[in-house]
Amino acid sequence: MNNMEKLRFYFEFPFVRYAFIVGILIALCSSLLGVTLVLKRFSFIGDGLSHVAFGAMSLSATLPVMIKKYALAWSGDDKLSPRMQSVVNWFGELNDMYIVLPVTLICAVLLLRTGQNTKIKGDAAVAMLSVSALAIGYLLMNRYPSRANISGDVCSTLFGSTSIITLKPEDVRLCIIMSVVVLLTFILFYNKIFAVTFDENFIKAAGVKANAYNLLIAVITALIIVLAMNLVGSLLISALIIFPALSAMRVFKSFKQS
Amino acid sequence: MSAQMVCQNASLGYEDGIVAENLDFTINKGDYLCILGENGSGKSTLIKAILRLKSQVSGTIEWCGDVKKNEVGYLPQQTVVQKDFPASVREIVRSGCLAKCGLRPFYSKEEKELAENTMKQLEIDKLAKRCYRDLSGGQQQRVLLARALCATRKMLLLDEPVTGLDPKAQTDLYELIAKLNREGITIIMVSHDIVSAVKYASHILHIGGRKQLFFGTTQDYAKSAAGKLFIGTEMMENE
Repeated sequence: MNNMEKLRFYFEFPFVRYAFIVGILIALCSSLLGVTLVLKRFSFIGDGLSHVAFGAMSLSATLPVMIKKYALAWSGDDKLSPRMQSVVNWFGELNDMYIVLPVTLICAVLLLRTGQNTKIKGDAAVAMLSVSALAIGYLLMNRYPSRANISGDVCSTLFGSTSIITLKPEDVRLCIIMSVVVLLTFILFYNKIFAVTFDENFIKAAGVKANAYNLLIAVITALIIVLAMNLVGSLLISALIIFPALSAMRVFKSFKQS
Repeated sequence: MSAQMVCQNASLGYEDGIVAENLDFTINKGDYLCILGENGSGKSTLIKAILRLKSQVSGTIEWCGDVKKNEVGYLPQQTVVQKDFPASVREIVRSGCLAKCGLRPFYSKEEKELAENTMKQLEIDKLAKRCYRDLSGGQQQRVLLARALCATRKMLLLDEPVTGLDPKAQTDLYELIAKLNREGITIIMVSHDIVSAVKYASHILHIGGRKQLFFGTTQDYAKSAAGKLFIGTEMMENE
């Protein structure tokens, strides 16, 4: 079997195709955003936010167990009432996304919105938030284990070991939609994002709503990170964001090119 | 002479206290006002108040005549981020037009032309494709000045523009600013460099010790007590 045939053989499996599409899209989006983040001195925001997402993910995983435990302790029975049971089931079936995405969004906004003029500077704020989120996440997983294999769970969230080949068609669709949104925003707001990154105070003085654009950047960042967690896990997202940006900045001379 | 900005009895400060109070001055069209004062005397706070990035504690700072609130070209002190910024000169100068765009995503033909003309006027049109971080300090300041000029043709606010430049580049920049002033652009400049301030400016505002020490024309300043003291020490240090 030569290489071409081997490739064709692999692409006959849908999960390989899905992984391929999602991989390309996420790499594209994260490198687009990378330049802005690196220049705003937020290279590690990817890492920080992914820790936050990890915390949120373990929260959503342990929530049913937690609710069940406290409901039992509160009522004194050894069986849950039917209403409580339905609540627990609902949380158990809830897609992780619905908890992870909002929490990460809020943190991204908190970190980035304030821009250049804050009391706790960017890198310190990122460090603070990410370490706390990681600690809380791990604490929750240990205290309210939802499955027997905790370290396996933690490992796959951190390194994204299996999720790239277990993508479902919905995941792929979601990823395509999000990437289109990110790309369009970038094309439409390119000039504004450039100016906000270069000099916030100047364009504020000129009467442009710099804070709104900072917010926009924050929201896009959070979206991309939550998406990319499926692909590479939370520890390695920074690689997707920083490496393309840095190499582009060394080679090219203008913002548009990089 | 029509007034462009009137500052009445303004007090500036942060949560922890007042930095400067009772500031009273008027800026007329075509003036070249130099704001002097030691570190921490509230110069930067005053600039933020003028630009409406921060509101004053009390008193009023008002625009009048043909200048509206956001029609001030601002030349901020350079940040660390900018010194290593991979952007071409043209991109940066064009970003001065951004306020005119509103929600429109791209620059119009007129705005692009305005950027080109401004670059010609400041003699940086040959640098248009160069990368900003590869330029010398003086050239970088010219680029930022061009950007400010794209934003407005009425008033420029310069925050210590010559910091970190060598004497030749300093003189060049001062001459350039004076030339713009002769073309009818109102200049407000914050500076430590009192000798040049007295040489180029038409008016002086001196703040220190939480209050306004002097406001008036440069000739009067040289005769006033505050001026004599400040100019005197400065001259002695230079000699």
